[in-house]
Amino acid sequence: MIFLQLFITFSKIGIFNFGGGYAMISLIQDEVVNKHHWLTTTEFTDIIAISQSTPGPIGINAATYTGYTAVINAGYPEWAAILSAVMTSLSIMWLPFILMISISKYLIRHKDSLAVANIFTMLRPTVLGLILAAAIMLMNVENFGSPTDSTFEFIVSCTIFILSFVQGTSYPYDIALRIGRTHYLLTITDTTQ
Amino acid sequence: MSIYSDLFLTFSKIGSFTLGGGYAMVPVMEREIVDKKGWLSQEEFTDILVVAQSTPGLFAIDMASHIGYKYRGVVGGIVGALGVALPSIVIILLIALLFQSFKDNIYVEKFFMGIRPCVVALILTPCFRMAKSAKITIYNCWIPIVCALLISLFGVSPIWCIIVAGIAGFIYGKYLTIRQ
Repeated sequence: MIFLQLFITFSKIGIFNFGGGYAMISLIQDEVVNKHHWLTTTEFTDIIAISQSTPGPIGINAATYTGYTAVINAGYPEWAAILSAVMTSLSIMWLPFILMISISKYLIRHKDSLAVANIFTMLRPTVLGLILAAAIMLMNVENFGSPTDSTFEFIVSCTIFILSFVQGTSYPYDIALRIGRTHYLLTITDTTQ
Repeated sequence: MSIYSDLFLTFSKIGSFTLGGGYAMVPVMEREIVDKKGWLSQEEFTDILVVAQSTPGLFAIDMASHIGYKYRGVVGGIVGALGVALPSIVIILLIALLFQSFKDNIYVEKFFMGIRPCVVALILTPCFRMAKSAKITIYNCWIPIVCALLISLFGVSPIWCIIVAGIAGFIYGKYLTIRQ
């Protein structure tokens, strides 16, 4: 039952998500692409692209879209996918919410406590590792093209990657620029082939 | 206007106009909640910021539900969280429905082909930017590297990395206090 599985998976992702939407990308990828195979790598990458360029928290955007696409891929009708999208986004919210209500008073009183600070001296670098892993796992043939079979596509992909990386980020101007550059590079691709 | 609808509208406004994820919302929330509406004092807001950073869950949702909870109890918390999430859900659903019919279009396909390497770069950039605030030094830079390798090469679940890191941090802290 995909709905129940989505609910459990995203509840789990919600409660183990420290450090924001980008760290969540790695959690979603591990569960949704690697374990359950609900989405392909390219579908997942496209979902991240759309989540980054629409307003709102990236985690909610990604969860909504994943809930929708996973159910469509499983062969259910559109209304079921819409329901699933709403349910998936609520799934990542409810456990942290209950936890927050039950421990917020305690945490505010002990916000300077050593134990919390110590846990986070290890958690912060780990979260960074999670994001790094997400990026590494997305650097594959599906997203970049193969260096031997589609050399030209691979070179174009690497160029886009380096350009975007060097330039850094400042939304939303950057997104517009990136889209422009992509169009440009794709036109080159079209004319040379 | 009732308090709850005011709460809901304020947060959905914040949710629908902030690009770039949770942390971009903090100054916007501060301006709306503390300066304009006066629902919380500056100090209460800073407290919530600290707690939201140290509890699991999405940062923006944590902030919204926490502010709502502080201001109007459990119902306030739910209203705040739904307020900030709803615009995202609606916008994404509209895009998903639209995209479903354009997916096989050759130009859309090419467009996404070009955007994919960009996405990887866009995940990597905040990673390097965050290295500063995560206080990465020459002594602890092995943690993110080992963690990334475990996940990407050996298929270790990121959840286990989080659990192990949390416990290790706790034990290391205990060890430091005992030694003092």
